[in-house]
Amino acid sequence: MFLKEYFKTVYQTLSSLVTGMRLTGYYFTHTKEIITQQYPETKPVLADRFRGEVIMPHNESNEHRCTGCTACELACPNGTIKIVTKNEINAEGKKKKAIDTFVYRLELCTMCNLCIQSCPSDAIIMTNDFEHSVYDRRLLTKVLNNPGSKIMEGVE
Amino acid sequence: MIEELGTNDQGDMIINVGPQHPSTHGVLHLVITLHGETVKKVEPHLGYIHRSIEKMSESLSYRQFSYVTSRMDYLSSHINNHACALTVEKGLQIEIPGRAQYIRVILDELTRIASHQLWWGALAMDLGAFTPFFYSFREREMINEIMEETCGARLTMNYIVPGGVMFDIHPDFQKKVKHFLKEFKSKIHEYNELVTGNVIFQNRTKGVGYISKENAISYGMTGPSGRGSGFICDVRKLHPYEMYNQLQFDEITEEGGDAFARYMVRIREMEQSMNIIEQLIDNIPEGDFLAKTKAVLKLPKGDYYTRVETARGEFGVYIISEGGTTPYRIKYRSPGFSNLSALNDMSVGGKLGDLMATMGTLDLVIPDIDR
Repeated sequence: MFLKEYFKTVYQTLSSLVTGMRLTGYYFTHTKEIITQQYPETKPVLADRFRGEVIMPHNESNEHRCTGCTACELACPNGTIKIVTKNEINAEGKKKKAIDTFVYRLELCTMCNLCIQSCPSDAIIMTNDFEHSVYDRRLLTKVLNNPGSKIMEGVE
Repeated sequence: MIEELGTNDQGDMIINVGPQHPSTHGVLHLVITLHGETVKKVEPHLGYIHRSIEKMSESLSYRQFSYVTSRMDYLSSHINNHACALTVEKGLQIEIPGRAQYIRVILDELTRIASHQLWWGALAMDLGAFTPFFYSFREREMINEIMEETCGARLTMNYIVPGGVMFDIHPDFQKKVKHFLKEFKSKIHEYNELVTGNVIFQNRTKGVGYISKENAISYGMTGPSGRGSGFICDVRKLHPYEMYNQLQFDEITEEGGDAFARYMVRIREMEQSMNIIEQLIDNIPEGDFLAKTKAVLKLPKGDYYTRVETARGEFGVYIISEGGTTPYRIKYRSPGFSNLSALNDMSVGGKLGDLMATMGTLDLVIPDIDR
């Protein structure tokens, strides 16, 4: 009786080990699908919505859609965005508020997407760019509006 | 009182495990009193990753404060965000569109599967088996890709916002989730072949880290760790939120109370989560995904508490509002903290090597414990 139990245990032990080894052996010999991505050589294909960095798109004539309403600045939980506004005189001679600089501090950004959600005029978007490493910390403080850029006509 | 490291007058050795130890899965510091190889006392020391999230949230608005909770229990970030959104919605009495409810529950369950997959790989690695880690990450990658497409992030989501969800689901979402369910059904079988049935694994977990049902309740252990001792504590069943009361699923409990029972609860829970997703994935209703809310949210004066079931147990959000735009006080009830408190009781009398199995099956996430 004792011997029977003993051999039963030995059999169960060995068979459980063989079952596991069979599985690892299967994947060892069937390398159909290689999951590892050779990162710097081949760039990963990211989803469109992937949140990498905030940018402000400009059109061909160097115009953006930002009115300087500071909704994004208020929505940001970390103080990542700072908008400096100025008063511009438009063609009709009226004073109008416009952005001077749109400062974006990438090192504080947590990519929570709240600024993009709060923007009433779709002036800022998230891009897929995720390679942010630089040699100097100051390079992470960015000005998003191009020099000499203007607000697009018709955006209020 | 912290005992001095070295040897005490009874000849016991007092050593540190952590804060930099691969088996603690983070910066957890344990001061262990050892008699030979037998554990006599385990004292967890916390505070290495305390970021004062609760205090920080007092200066953030009701839309902003939930993004920080993704950084607490980072493996169930969706469910944490969900709890915050539910609390704010409770205060404002917003009706959530049906589509958003479906999306939320599907993503919650996907998060739970992903969390259990990572736990499974990490537990096997704690016990000395390295291969399972790669297998679990292979399947987890499929979920991560689904998340990336729909939510735009892989770990810290901030996708569930007060009023619904941030974006609509990706057009490929349903197809990819169905593909994942089909694939993963056969993969769970592989998990069982590789680890569950393995005799070395069974010997290292059966009878290890035992805690009785009474003790589990008095320590406030919830989630799979509590259910491994037979404690019926699934918030999805007991206090259904969103649409869990309309779904058919079982609450998994095991009576063993040891590491193997907790392991089996999680393995079987993955199957239940797949079952829930299968019921929902084809029936996502059309309509809005985000209810119309005011630009500035102001909770009426009072206090609000919501609890949800994360991958680790019961997660509670308590908000006291003075009627302003920011909460007066926020308190999070995190499952990891209560589960860790039982560690001393579970490991006393066992061997030092078994401590890792006990800790592994508690599924501790340290940022969740410290906040």
